[in-house]
Amino acid sequence: MTIDLFVFFVLSLVAVGSALGMLLSRSAVYAALFLVLNFGTASAFYILLNAPFIAMAQVSVYAGAIMVLFLFVIMLLGTESLPTSKALPWQAPLAAGLALVLVLEAGVLLFARNAATGSIAQPVQTFGSPSGVGLDLFNKYLLPFEITSILLLVAMVGAIFLTKQEKGER
Amino acid sequence: MVPVSYYVALSAILFAIGALGVLVRRNPLIIFMSIELMLNAGNLALVAFTRLYMVLEGQIFVFFVMTVAAAEVAVGLALIATIFRKRRTIDVDLMNSLKG
Repeated sequence: MTIDLFVFFVLSLVAVGSALGMLLSRSAVYAALFLVLNFGTASAFYILLNAPFIAMAQVSVYAGAIMVLFLFVIMLLGTESLPTSKALPWQAPLAAGLALVLVLEAGVLLFARNAATGSIAQPVQTFGSPSGVGLDLFNKYLLPFEITSILLLVAMVGAIFLTKQEKGER
Repeated sequence: MVPVSYYVALSAILFAIGALGVLVRRNPLIIFMSIELMLNAGNLALVAFTRLYMVLEGQIFVFFVMTVAAAEVAVGLALIATIFRKRRTIDVDLMNSLKG
């Protein structure tokens, strides 16, 4: 077993374990922290896959901005102590069965029908550097990049509008 | 040498866990986190194929997916906060006032 296969298996164990931890934890704060761990392992995968820019964006955007926003809202609402409705008894087994079917389908496609072949060797020096990504982003994909800035502006205005307190409310 | 199918299989497992979270949990914050997990699983497969075929477009697409996810989280959390202020609960099973 080569070293990069070993690294892959350890990282994927952590990734799947933290995803399951997020799924099963009772408390929303613990779920958020498990998800931060999962994003950290995803960032390590991106470094293994020659994508240092995406790895840094993953840490700063997902783990930094999005999860901090999540933790803010969890603590602001204080939903931990709220009563919850009763679960439907057949919901969890049915959902688990459907998820299992999804994984089996993907496994059949991948390993029995050989949908994705080829393997990824050691990282190469010249591929996926931030300067290369930036050149592509600002030359070939300039218009989509500008559209994302408008999208973020619209999202910001929408969030402010939705959470604004009307005069006389409360 | 890691076969690319291992990366895609890991991505499929993470996606299935995210879908399971959307189906079984009733706290919308955790449902939201599961959606983030699914987006992340898709990103992982994209970056793996980018590395396999040595084209940069996949990484750029992942960058766009991240910005869309950030916008989606901002609006979605604002919606959840507004619903909580009006109804004093965020349990998704109790949000049935549009039911006929």
